[in-house]
Amino acid sequence: MTTTPDKPKSFQEVILRLQTYWAGQGCAILQPYDMEVGAGTFHPATTLRSLGTQPWAAAYVQPSRRPTDGRYGENPNRLQHYYQYQVLIKPSPPNFQELYLGSLEAIGIDMATHDIRFVEDDWESPTLGAWGLGWEVWCDGMEVSQFTYFQQVGGHDCHPVSGELTYGLERLAMYVLGIDHVMEMPFNDPQTAIPLSYGDIFRQTEQEYSRWNFDVADTEVLLRHFEEAEAECARILAAPADDPKTGYRIIMVHPAYDQCIKASHIFNLLDARGVISVTERQAYIGRVRALAKMCADAFVQTPAGGYAA
Amino acid sequence: MPDLLIELFSEEIPARMQAKAAGDLKRMVTDGLVEAGLTYASAGAFHTPRRLTLSVEGLLAESPAGREERKGPRVGAPDKAIEGFLRGAGVTRDQLEVRDDKKGQTYFAVIETPARPAADIVAEVLGAAIRDFPWPKSMRWGSGSLRWVRPLHGILCLLSTEEGAEIVPLDVDGIVSGDTTRGHRFMAPAPFSVTGFDDYRAKLRRAHVVLDAGERAEHIWHDATNMAFAQGLELVEDKGLLAEVAGLVEWPVVLMGEIGADFLGLPPEVLQTSMKEHQKFFSVRNPKTARIEKFVTVANIEAADGGKVILAGNQKVLAARLSDAKFFWENDLRVAQDAKMQPWLDNLANVTFQSQLGSQRDRIERIAALARELAPFAKADPELAEQAARVAKADLSSEMVYEFPELQGLMGRYYAEAAGLPAEVARACEDHYAPLGPSDDVPEGAVSVAVALADKLDLLTGFWAIDEKPTGSKDPFALRRAALGVIRIILAHGLDIQLDRHIDAQLLRHKINLNGETATEQDLTALETLLDEIADHGVFGAAVRAVIDRFDGDDDGPDVAEGSLFRTVGDLVPDLSTDLLAFIHDRLKVHLRDEGLRHDIIDACLAMPGSDDLALLVKRARALGKVLGTEEGENLVQGFKRANNILTAEEEKDGVEYRFGADPKYAEVDAEHALFAALEAADPKIAAALEAQDFAAAMDQMADLRAPIDAFFEAVQVNTDAAVVRRNRLNLLHQIRETCLQVADLTRIEG
Repeated sequence: MTTTPDKPKSFQEVILRLQTYWAGQGCAILQPYDMEVGAGTFHPATTLRSLGTQPWAAAYVQPSRRPTDGRYGENPNRLQHYYQYQVLIKPSPPNFQELYLGSLEAIGIDMATHDIRFVEDDWESPTLGAWGLGWEVWCDGMEVSQFTYFQQVGGHDCHPVSGELTYGLERLAMYVLGIDHVMEMPFNDPQTAIPLSYGDIFRQTEQEYSRWNFDVADTEVLLRHFEEAEAECARILAAPADDPKTGYRIIMVHPAYDQCIKASHIFNLLDARGVISVTERQAYIGRVRALAKMCADAFVQTPAGGYAA
Repeated sequence: MPDLLIELFSEEIPARMQAKAAGDLKRMVTDGLVEAGLTYASAGAFHTPRRLTLSVEGLLAESPAGREERKGPRVGAPDKAIEGFLRGAGVTRDQLEVRDDKKGQTYFAVIETPARPAADIVAEVLGAAIRDFPWPKSMRWGSGSLRWVRPLHGILCLLSTEEGAEIVPLDVDGIVSGDTTRGHRFMAPAPFSVTGFDDYRAKLRRAHVVLDAGERAEHIWHDATNMAFAQGLELVEDKGLLAEVAGLVEWPVVLMGEIGADFLGLPPEVLQTSMKEHQKFFSVRNPKTARIEKFVTVANIEAADGGKVILAGNQKVLAARLSDAKFFWENDLRVAQDAKMQPWLDNLANVTFQSQLGSQRDRIERIAALARELAPFAKADPELAEQAARVAKADLSSEMVYEFPELQGLMGRYYAEAAGLPAEVARACEDHYAPLGPSDDVPEGAVSVAVALADKLDLLTGFWAIDEKPTGSKDPFALRRAALGVIRIILAHGLDIQLDRHIDAQLLRHKINLNGETATEQDLTALETLLDEIADHGVFGAAVRAVIDRFDGDDDGPDVAEGSLFRTVGDLVPDLSTDLLAFIHDRLKVHLRDEGLRHDIIDACLAMPGSDDLALLVKRARALGKVLGTEEGENLVQGFKRANNILTAEEEKDGVEYRFGADPKYAEVDAEHALFAALEAADPKIAAALEAQDFAAAMDQMADLRAPIDAFFEAVQVNTDAAVVRRNRLNLLHQIRETCLQVADLTRIEG
C-alpha cells in the first residue's frame, strides 16, 4: 500500500485534487457549460462527444440544478444547486476502475481502511434517450460516484463505448472532511484570513431559488419558453448544411443542443411548480428526448462526430 | 484423464445475476464438450463478484474417432441429387465409393471423424459459450464488440494432468487465455498463476477470496449470529439479503454496529426496511422486546484498523437515512393523530389511480360502497367495513409510504391506530391487500375480509368496464392475481356470496363514474336508481325493468327509452359481468387443478345454476370428484351416458321430447320395475340433500342408481317393436337424465 494520503482541508481542495489527478491521467480539463443543466451529463462534452468514433478524454466541474430538490438550505444533504464532477473517456480504458480508485486515493480515501464496493446500478436518462450499465460506488456504505459504460445516447449505439464517472461533489467532500451539514462545510481553507463556508456562499441563494422554484416562477412564461426552445431547436437543424455566406458546410448542432438543454431545464422548473400532471410528464419527457435525438442525429454528421467529408 | 479449470475474470457482476451465470457456464460448456464426444466425471461451478469459475474433472483426453457410412443416390442419378448428397455428407465426389446394392450400383460416402484433442474442443466450446452467453443484460466496452455483463478482463483455461498443466490457447476479441488470475481487489491485487483447481482454490483463499458463495453466506451467517448472540440479541433471518450480500463480497468481514438511540422508537419494520433497502444491513433484534436494536453490515476487506472507520462511516450513512425516516414518521403521526388522516384522504382526490378509472378517492368511494354490501357475508359490521375501506389507502399519501412503497398497508395500520380507530379497522388497513401471491396468507378478520374482497372486485370490474382485460402474458394490473385473491378468500372462509349481483353493482358504479362528466344529471339519476334496485331485487334484468317502469312515460323523469344512456349501460353490464365471471371461473379451474380436481368435473358443476357462488360450486365439484373416484360413480356416469345417448338419438329421430312421465304399468321385466322403484325412492332424497347443499349425500344417492340402471340395460331392449313399451322406456330414460342432471351436468364428464 502507498502511504496514507493526507486529508484535504476544504471543498475546493477536493475539487482541485480531482482536477490535478485527471489532468495527470491525460484528460482535458474543461470548464462548466454556461447553461442551466440538471446534471453533468448534459454538458455537450459528454452528451455529444460520447457519440461518433472520435477519441475523447475530458473532465470538468458542472454546476447542476434540480429545482425539486430545493430545501431552503435547511436539509443537511439536499440542494437545488450543487456541483458534479464529470469524467468522460472514449474509448473506455481497460483500467478505468483502477483509474477511478486512484482518484479516490488522491482526495484522501485510504483503500486499506475503507470499504469500497461496486454495486449494480444501471443508468438511464429518458430525456436524453440514453442508457448504460455500471455501478454506484459505495464507500463505507455511502454512494460516492456513479460509474457507467454508455451504451446508447440520443438513440444512437455508442461505438466505441465511453466510460463515464459522476461524483456528487458535496456529498463526497462532506464524507472526506467529516462534515454533517453541507452548509457547515469549509469552502476554502478554514485557516485562511477570510474563511468561507459553503453556507456563507450558498445559504441565501438556496432560499431564494427554493422560493422562486416552488412558488413564484411564472409558469405561463415558462410554458411559452419551452415551446419556443423546442421550435428553435427544430428550426436550427432544418437549415441546410451548406452556409450560403461562407460556402462552408456548417451543421449548427451546438446551438440546437443549447435549445434542448433549455427545454429540459424549463421542464424541471415546471415540474417543481407542480403544474405538470403525471400523464403530461411522460409527454414532456418525450418531447425533450425528441430534441436530444435530433441533435444526436445531426452531431454524427459533423467532423467532431466522426463525419469525414 | 485431464481436469479442466476455467475462470472468466471481469469487473463486478451484479449480485442477482451471479448464481444463474455460473450455472449457465457449466451447462453451456459441459453440453458442448459432451456433444463433441468429450465425456467427464463431474463438474462444479462457482461465482464471486469478479469471477465465474468452472471445474470439470475426469475429462477424456481426446474425443473418440468416428466412422460413419452413408448411402447415397444410384450411379447415374441426376447431378442435382448427387450434389445434394455431397453437401449433406461433407465430402467431395472423388471420395465417394461405388458399391453394389439391391438396386444396382450406388454411391456410398464414408465419413471419418478423427479423434480431436480435448484442448481443441475446449477452446471451441468455451469461445462459443463466451460469445453467446445468456446474460439478462449485457454491454460492450472500449472499442470492442464482445458483449459481457461488465468488461471481461481475463480468461483462465487450463487442462491439467498428473504430468502438469497446459494452457488451452484461446483468443476471444483480443482477450488471450492464460493460467493467471488475481486475488482480492485491495488485499491481494497481484496476479498469480495456478496449476489446477485445488491449487487455484487454495491460492485464492490465501489471496483473500472465498470462491464458494455458499461458504461466504455460511461464514456471514455464522459470524453475524454469534456476534448477536454474544450480546443477548438475535439476527433477523433474511435469506434473500444473505444471498445478495454474499454476492457483493469476495472476503466477507462481518461488523455489528449501533442504531442511534433516537431511532429505536421507529416501528421495527421501518428500521428493517430502511436498513435493508438502502444499506443492505441485517437487523439485530432484542428477543425480549422484539425491538430492532443493532445492525450487521458485511465489509469486503479486513481493514487495518479492524473496521472502525468502516463501521463509523456506515453508522453515519444509516443515521442520515434514519433521520429521514424519523422525520417522515413524526410528520405522519401528527397527521394521523391531530387530523385523523383527513389531509391524506383529501390528497387522494388528486392522485390518479388510472387515467380512465379516475382518482384514488373515486376508487375508495366505490370500494367503501361494495365493502358495506359484502360485510354481512363476511359476518362483519357494515359500518366498520365501510369505515375501514375509507381509510385503508390513506397511507398512500403519507411521507413514509412515498419513501418506502413496500410499507403500504403496514403503515396504514400504525397510523389508523394512532388516529384512534377501532382495532378491526386498523387491521384491515394492513390486511386488505392480501393475499398478494399464491403463498401469501388470506386475511383473517371479518372487516379485513370484506374490504379485501371489495378492493379486488373493484379492480377487476374497473378494468372490465374499460375493456382492459389481461391478454396472454400481459397483465400489467395483476388482474389474475386479484381474481385468485377473490377465490382464495371466499374458499378459505367458506363465504356464501352470489358474486353475480355484486359484480353487476360494481360495474354499474364504474359506469356511473366513467360517465360522470359527460352524462346529464337525469341520466345519472336513472343509473343510481338502478343501483338501488339491484340492492332490492338482486337480479339485474328485473332491476332494469323496475326502473323503466318507474320512469317510462314520465316526461320530467330521466330518459330510459331505447338508445338512452340507461339502456346502453343496462344492455352492456350483463355481458361484462358474464365475461368477468367466466374469467374468475377460469382462474378457479387453475386453482382447483393444483388441488387435483379435473377441469371436466368443474365444467360439469359450472353448468349448474348458482355457479357464481364459488363456495357452493367448489363444494359440488369436490363431492362430484369424490364420487367419480369410486367404481360406482364411474359406472354410473357410463350408465347415464348410455341412457342419455339413446334418448338423444331417438328424440332427434322422432322429433319428440320424451318427457311425458313413464308409467310402471307398461313395465315388462323385473329390472324395469326395479329401476322405476329406485328412481322413485332416490328422487326425493336427492332433492332433499341438494336443498340442504349436502352434495356428498346427493351424489351417494345418485351413485346408488348405478346397479338398477346397469340391470335395466342388461335386461331390456329400449327400442322394441311394441311402440307403447318403447315410448314408455324412452320416458324412463328421460327420468334418469333428469334425476342425474340435478346434481351436475354429467354430459361434460370425459371418458
